[in-house]
Amino acid sequence: MSTATLQATRIENITRTYQMGDQAVHALDGVSATFEPGSFWAIMGASGSGKSTLLNILGCLDRPTSGRYLLGGNDTRTQSDDALSDIRLKYLGFIFQSFNLIAQLTVEENIQLPLYYLGWHPDRARQRAGELARRVGLGERLHHRPSELSGGQQQRVAIARALANDPVMLLADEPTGNLDSATGKEIMDMLGDLNAQGKTIIMVTHEPEIANIAKHRIVMRDGRIASAGEGRL
Amino acid sequence: MKNSRLLRNIHLGVKTLMLHKLRSLLTMLGVVFGVGSVIAMLAVGEGASREALVQIRKLGSNNIIIDTAKPSDDDASSAGRTRISIYGLKYEDVLRIAECIPSIKRTVPVKIIRKEGRLGSKTLSLRLVGTTPAWFDLVKRPLLAGRALADADLENRANVAVLTEHGARRLLATEETLGAVVKIGGSAFTVIGIIQSDSGNAGGMQTPDRDTDAYIPLTTARERFGDIYTQRSDGSQISELVELHQIITEASSLADVEASAQAIEAMLTRFHKKKSYRLQVPLALLRQAETTKRNFNIVLGSIAGISLLVGGIGIMNIMLASVTERTREIGIRRAIGAKRLQIVAQFLIETVVLSMTGGAIGVGFGVLIPWIITRTAGMPTLVTPLSVIVSLGVSMLVGMVFGIYPALRAARLDPIEALRHE
Repeated sequence: MSTATLQATRIENITRTYQMGDQAVHALDGVSATFEPGSFWAIMGASGSGKSTLLNILGCLDRPTSGRYLLGGNDTRTQSDDALSDIRLKYLGFIFQSFNLIAQLTVEENIQLPLYYLGWHPDRARQRAGELARRVGLGERLHHRPSELSGGQQQRVAIARALANDPVMLLADEPTGNLDSATGKEIMDMLGDLNAQGKTIIMVTHEPEIANIAKHRIVMRDGRIASAGEGRL
Repeated sequence: MKNSRLLRNIHLGVKTLMLHKLRSLLTMLGVVFGVGSVIAMLAVGEGASREALVQIRKLGSNNIIIDTAKPSDDDASSAGRTRISIYGLKYEDVLRIAECIPSIKRTVPVKIIRKEGRLGSKTLSLRLVGTTPAWFDLVKRPLLAGRALADADLENRANVAVLTEHGARRLLATEETLGAVVKIGGSAFTVIGIIQSDSGNAGGMQTPDRDTDAYIPLTTARERFGDIYTQRSDGSQISELVELHQIITEASSLADVEASAQAIEAMLTRFHKKKSYRLQVPLALLRQAETTKRNFNIVLGSIAGISLLVGGIGIMNIMLASVTERTREIGIRRAIGAKRLQIVAQFLIETVVLSMTGGAIGVGFGVLIPWIITRTAGMPTLVTPLSVIVSLGVSMLVGMVFGIYPALRAARLDPIEALRHE
């Protein structure tokens, strides 16, 4: 994992084609980028521009049709489903727009979920879940169910869960999309802090204010990168 | 590690099922009823057949028992107001069987007379059994005191009797048991031995009060009491002349039993004009009972199979609905890094927990119901451990068979699609 942390994540000339009936839809059409360790990226673009597809490929939930995606020295296009699961489990953390906590599990159990699949001993996992919950300010809510929490609190649980496996890269899909602006700002501050502590973060958003918190941005249009680089919009 | 993961998976499955208690309970119901009814029915069947087998075994599997049976078309030789029916087994039959059928090892004649026994002021209705010493070899009941009948008693027509423990207790409660003299039908008999009472009603022969038997030499019985039994009613007399009430024969080996029975039957048919006897072959009854039991089990197995199939389909139906309902959860787990096999395991374990819990509840009912039947109806029942083990095994199998498809469907979901599912 230490080598993976040091290596940049690279995509080279990625395409992703869906077959819709007898028509081929090019969701991604030759996308290349390098994500340095510790960088904070915002991916923007209109709906259908390919930003979600790009995030799915970066998150190893999907494979590119062609091109190379190098993550910690692995080329994901040729990996098996199990191997991709393993990469997600060990190197990646997800934060979703709709939080995606498991309703029947408590806060503690939700945070522990990656550790369970990693095969951690329950005692150690519980301890780690407690630490993470305190880190996101929910140390008192360990035994609550997600439905008993506010949206902002739920997203903080999701962040704690994404951090449980100490991932190389955090992938966030509209993390503030379901939150009011004040709560959204709290969450963005938290992501900013995490980035300051060295986590690579790639975030999809369509809100320029949110995107401005990231140092780098990619603007997608029709499956291609329209512009990329540092600086504010 | 593997072990604790399985435990945690089971724990998770139980927890998930507990979220929908009523639904889980209703889902299990098919298996509960299937397993419960099978164990209960097996217990009733097993109890009944076990009792039958015990009774048949008591008769002796090498034995052939010939009972005197009163013919139904009894045209008794009427002489005025006194009618005498002559029927049944003859003394000669014993000799014929013993001498002409070589595969018969032992032949025991039995003559039954009802008389009152009296000792001092105590009286007891006795069933006198006139027989030979061989009776004690054939009916393997332990002698508790004294001795059995001997050949000399038979030759001397001795007035000696062997009592059953039960009869002895009632008659001689305060006296010195052995050597006491009992008045039976006007004659004095010396008690020479006591044998154990026969618990249970062996064979359903004409022996409702077998426990107050008194065994005396056949020759004595014949000399003292004769062969004619007279019953007076409404001024008319009904007399019966019956020489022997029963002949018990023992074949030298199991293989000879059926052929010997045929030979005896043929012989009796030749020498008796009317069929006033009945042959009982315990071995044949045993075989018949076993066949009946096997058929019963086949029918039961089919019913069990059908009810468990229905129960399994019910479980599968609910699990498929559950997979659809929890599509998003599956997507989340996959995104976090769960492998397909782990999703399969999660759902499969949940189904097996469901079906095995149903099976366990069913076993509970299956044990409880026979207990209630025995308590209330007095029917013997027997829950065999095998039926419990097999039922639990089958309910686990049902969970696996009907759980694998929903589990595979859950694992095959595309994580991206699953996460988008509302």
